[in-house]
Amino acid sequence: MSVTVYIPCDSAAIGLGAERVAKAIASEAAKRNIEIDLIRNGSRGLYYLEPMVEVATDKGRVAYGPVQVSDVAGLFDAGFLTGGSHPQSLGVTDEIPYLKKQQRLTFARVGITDPISLDDYLARDGYRGLKNALSLSGADIVKHVTDSGLRGRGGAAFPTGIKWNTVLNTPSEQKYIVCNADEGDSGTYSDRMIMEGDPYVLIEGMTIAGIAVGASQGYIYLRCEYPHAHKALNAAIAKAYAAGYLGDNICGSGEKFDLEVRLGAGAYVCGEETSLIESLEGKRGLVRFKPPLPAIKGLFGEPTVINNVISLASVPIILDKGGEFYKNYGMGRSRGTLPIQLAGNLKNCGLIELAFGVTLRELLYDYGGGSATGKPIKAVQVGGPLGAYLPESQFDTPVDYEEFAKLWAVLGHGGVVAFDDTVDMADMARYSMEFCKIESCGKCTPCRIGSTRGMEVLEDIMQGRDLNKNVPLLRDLCNTLLNGSLCALGGMTSYPVLSALNHFPEDFGLSKQADAA
Amino acid sequence: MPKVQEIINNLKELPGALLPILHGIQDELGFIPAECVPDIAKALNLSRAEVHGVISFYHYFRDTPPGKHTIHLCRAESCQAMGSKALEEHIKEKLGIDYHETTADGRFSLEPVYCLGLCACSPSMQIDDEVYGKVSADSFDAAINEAGATA
Repeated sequence: MSVTVYIPCDSAAIGLGAERVAKAIASEAAKRNIEIDLIRNGSRGLYYLEPMVEVATDKGRVAYGPVQVSDVAGLFDAGFLTGGSHPQSLGVTDEIPYLKKQQRLTFARVGITDPISLDDYLARDGYRGLKNALSLSGADIVKHVTDSGLRGRGGAAFPTGIKWNTVLNTPSEQKYIVCNADEGDSGTYSDRMIMEGDPYVLIEGMTIAGIAVGASQGYIYLRCEYPHAHKALNAAIAKAYAAGYLGDNICGSGEKFDLEVRLGAGAYVCGEETSLIESLEGKRGLVRFKPPLPAIKGLFGEPTVINNVISLASVPIILDKGGEFYKNYGMGRSRGTLPIQLAGNLKNCGLIELAFGVTLRELLYDYGGGSATGKPIKAVQVGGPLGAYLPESQFDTPVDYEEFAKLWAVLGHGGVVAFDDTVDMADMARYSMEFCKIESCGKCTPCRIGSTRGMEVLEDIMQGRDLNKNVPLLRDLCNTLLNGSLCALGGMTSYPVLSALNHFPEDFGLSKQADAA
Repeated sequence: MPKVQEIINNLKELPGALLPILHGIQDELGFIPAECVPDIAKALNLSRAEVHGVISFYHYFRDTPPGKHTIHLCRAESCQAMGSKALEEHIKEKLGIDYHETTADGRFSLEPVYCLGLCACSPSMQIDDEVYGKVSADSFDAAINEAGATA
């Protein structure tokens, strides 16, 4: 009987050598005349253990990692195909504390299944949400989403149900569902993991959205930096069409929904929803004025639901188990779970899906294991390049939209990037302005000009020139960016810049007290 | 260029066809030559200025031929937290070029990228279609030797 061996096809696992390990295991098995069934699964998200090899045994799936090509012969010698002991043994995968303590709802299948296998998807509760949705009216589907308390996981945290309701109640011959898969924030990779590791859950979520609001066409706007996700989505979409889960007559219901992937071209600002819509229309990604909201006049001027990957991928479980089930996770007005992504200078980087309420400190130390370099963690940036830097004194903040807002910080897309004490926060502030300069769409003056001026002022500050004049000037400029920019790119660049200045004045050549205002 | 015309003809009926056409041409040729612009403009009923404006807006599209291999090095925060600046210096010195440049022998082009989504294994880079995590100066040298061998 052949043994089933799992090696992730996730791009980060490949970046750490999974492809070479898969080849080495296949050829070693052939050499030893052992029949194995090699499955390329998604990643469990325990990246500090990737490439992680799993073997199906009578105790369940057991894991070994991180495995390099040089370990392969030794693994065979140790009898890893029957769960044999080896220095890289991690035991039963589901019992690894990092994984066991999580509450995986949206990521329930990621790392377990073969991402492209529709049978795997169906065997693990796939398309149950769609089946329920097909028996409900559009308004009732929207009600489930509203009841769940789901808020936009892209970063803005706008209630998803309200957005859908607006599109539902805006009459039009043609409506659209657009998935924002332009995951450009540094420190975030949950969208990528879903698209590479469980593409059907996104396809199902978009199909449900289409049926709910009466939209027959969907687009996934995917950043071109994600070629592995592109391949996985296209393969899954083709299979979904062939099996009648997409197309003119979904599951024999008479409902129609078509879905297509469109590639971006390396513009960060296209993650902003109106810029994304312009780009989908084939134009420069210039941000649009709002109103009109995309829900009323969006893609090609028609009512459009535009949601992040994780928001849409959370819909199937909400429709399967009901809005109340999802709402029972979380705290305050932050309901459900958030896939948190640990990144940067941490020992144990990975994806952690938990109900809202876990503290930053638990994430950084209990899961993350402290810094990778062994030095103290000086600052963490939460929520991507437009998120605030938090100092150690704020690490007890729970993951909750409102608790972060109280600190003048954002949760954003749930990316957490840690820095050790070698970081120069003035240099990070300068980089934030530079990033804004590079990525500004150029439509509004505060962002277009302000980012360049911000970089210049920060360079002066870093040289110690005229601090009495330049620090107030920087604050004034940030105020202009914050209040005068058309979208979050210009507006929120002030978050990393001012938080760095406020929490780490000594890096700007100021004494701790001098610039506490 | 018959190949370019074929790409345009195949895609021009798509709603919002311009980006798919530009991707198609760049996938085929490695860049979007200026002489394609009038054909694209004509097929989509746009002005040449509009097409040029779109090409120049997006960092990924290029109007000059790339080297044999393109290295995309991540410059974003997570990679900076793991020493990407020192790596960047090493790479620029090793190749003798800055960002947006191509080595004199035409083998390598160097481009910055703002996140490859490999932030759990920073610093990261991509060479052509291959992704690399936890890149060090040594592993970079090994990777370009491997890529260079197929040049």
